[in-house]
Amino acid sequence: MSTPLLEVKGLEMHFPVSEGILMRRKVGEVKAVDGVDFTVQRGETLGLVGESGCGKTTTGRCILRLEKPTAGEIRYDGVNIAPLERKELRGLRRRIQVIFQDPYSSLNPRMKVGQIIAEPMKVHGIEPDAAKRNARVRELLSVCGLNSRFADRYPHEMSGGQRQRVGIARALALNPEFIVCDEAVSALDVSIQAQVINLLEDLREQFGLTYLFIAHDLSVVRHLCQRVAVMYLGRIVEMADSDTLFSDPQHPYTRGLLAAVPVPDPSVEEQRAFQPVPGEVPSPMHPPPGCVFHPRCPMAVATCRQQRPPIREIRPGHFVACSEVS
Amino acid sequence: MNMIQGERSGRRSTPLLEIRDLHTEFRTGAGTVRAVDGISYAVDPGETVAVVGESGSGKSVGALSILRLIPDPPGRITGGQILFAGRDLLQLSEEEMREIRGGEIGMVFQEPMTSLNPVLTIGRQLTEALEQHRGLERAASHQRAVELLKLVGIAEPIRRLKQYPHQLSGGMRQRVMIAIALACDPKLIIADEPTTALDVTIQAQILELMKELTRRLGVALIIITHNLGVVARYANRVNVMYAGRIVESGNAATIYHRPRHPYTIALLNSVPRLDRPRQARLDPVEGQPPDLTRLDAGCSFRPRCRFAVEACAASRPDLTATGEAGHFSACFRQSELGVANETVKETAA
Repeated sequence: MSTPLLEVKGLEMHFPVSEGILMRRKVGEVKAVDGVDFTVQRGETLGLVGESGCGKTTTGRCILRLEKPTAGEIRYDGVNIAPLERKELRGLRRRIQVIFQDPYSSLNPRMKVGQIIAEPMKVHGIEPDAAKRNARVRELLSVCGLNSRFADRYPHEMSGGQRQRVGIARALALNPEFIVCDEAVSALDVSIQAQVINLLEDLREQFGLTYLFIAHDLSVVRHLCQRVAVMYLGRIVEMADSDTLFSDPQHPYTRGLLAAVPVPDPSVEEQRAFQPVPGEVPSPMHPPPGCVFHPRCPMAVATCRQQRPPIREIRPGHFVACSEVS
Repeated sequence: MNMIQGERSGRRSTPLLEIRDLHTEFRTGAGTVRAVDGISYAVDPGETVAVVGESGSGKSVGALSILRLIPDPPGRITGGQILFAGRDLLQLSEEEMREIRGGEIGMVFQEPMTSLNPVLTIGRQLTEALEQHRGLERAASHQRAVELLKLVGIAEPIRRLKQYPHQLSGGMRQRVMIAIALACDPKLIIADEPTTALDVTIQAQILELMKELTRRLGVALIIITHNLGVVARYANRVNVMYAGRIVESGNAATIYHRPRHPYTIALLNSVPRLDRPRQARLDPVEGQPPDLTRLDAGCSFRPRCRFAVEACAASRPDLTATGEAGHFSACFRQSELGVANETVKETAA
């Protein structure tokens, strides 16, 4: 296998929790990301799925270096970017971009669409010539399926789907090679969501992009990603290629998660025996000892309460963190 | 419209709720928005009816209109009838309406954090409903509140009653909302996107709970959602809304297997599905949803429709029977779509 474009090793992001107004003291830690390892090959799309608070967004923010991880390595194209300081990150920002979930809050309402898309080029001093820059803006708009007239509009004049296309055009402005899509289609209506998914796929092909696709919608992830990692309470519990993960899930959490997704077909639904995963996600400030999933797990045995199961490769490319899976 | 009602009244039971030609408008700076533009449907006792649609389709406004919870101004119910257990809710006084809300009709909204009062304990919010609608004494209402929390699967109900909404998780809050909705033995619960803000595993728990309770207690349920999977799992009947109108209505199985409106067909084809092999590409509904202030005389789905013909621009198609029992579509070409459908399914398979 060739060297991966991104290699994450033992990534940890612990946030301090403090109390008191005058005498602030640290009273605990939220282990948002607690020892995560994965790789992303060039041109590949890795899906990162899980429920709120599982650490998928924080993992993405660490890779974007919007957070400085408290431990671990993030090797991007061979260089460990985890310890880099602000100034050293400038070059990296051109290569790694992000598309956010909410097309309403991630675009500056006081800027015209054209300015929004030109902004990254100005910041990084690419295309200092205004005419060329405008031509590039128009090109990006058309690549993202928008009429070049939109350059003179404000975000509030556009629909949710159109705004998300602007967010994508902005991410493409610097010709990045890696894009973190953080719930990029989650806020969109079903009919618009499919349009944007197709656009993301076209762009991946056209520009040879690599995606880290963070989402909670499992059917969208399956459609878009070659490989998928499932996170629970700061850890990866299962990782495999997309087809294997969805047809033959091994970790009890993955199974519960898949069973919880209703299929849009009443006859299929009628025949599915379905038992929801009981309980709720525990607080990441006080994670349970041993396997973090054991309080909700139908397969849990005594050892699960004491030992944190390491993630292991049960067959080539299929990783599971569960001691009960053979 | 009358023809449809005539056909529908052929059913065994008299409906619990019957909405006839409901119109709700909002007057905005940009013009009048006909958010609900003449919808009619009925709900039988104990049945689960889903209203599906995307943002701006009027599905929530339609539900809020039943409860007369439309803020006026800018909104106003401008026409129609809402017959509930023999009375037209639109003719009741505000006082009588307050008796109905939270009494005979319970409500569950999307965001439990904003629909619960943050400065009252869970217990107070439950007992308030009981004291107001049922005239129960303090002790009796407290006991009923404990029972209700047990009913919705909340452990340690006595301790929970003393807590405030912010001390509970999202799933727990939604359980409390359901307990409040059930407090006065309603005949109908209206749930507006009850699980949209929740995680998948919690969503499954809440939906199972609502299904189990409404069946056990014989409560009818109107569930408003954009999630086609949720509808398939829980609804008996489905109304599909687009731009303020019901474009297709029928049994869940009919709507999913033999849809007869281009919008329903497009919607079903545009979602990736876990139970089918991966497609190379999704088949989205092209274009954008219409601007509701600028609707013309024609079918509002026309600009995005693959089957549009000249007639679609001239007038708006009414809901008409497809021939299958209880199945209606608002499309001029619905009979041809029956055939088109088969080919769609074959290519998908």
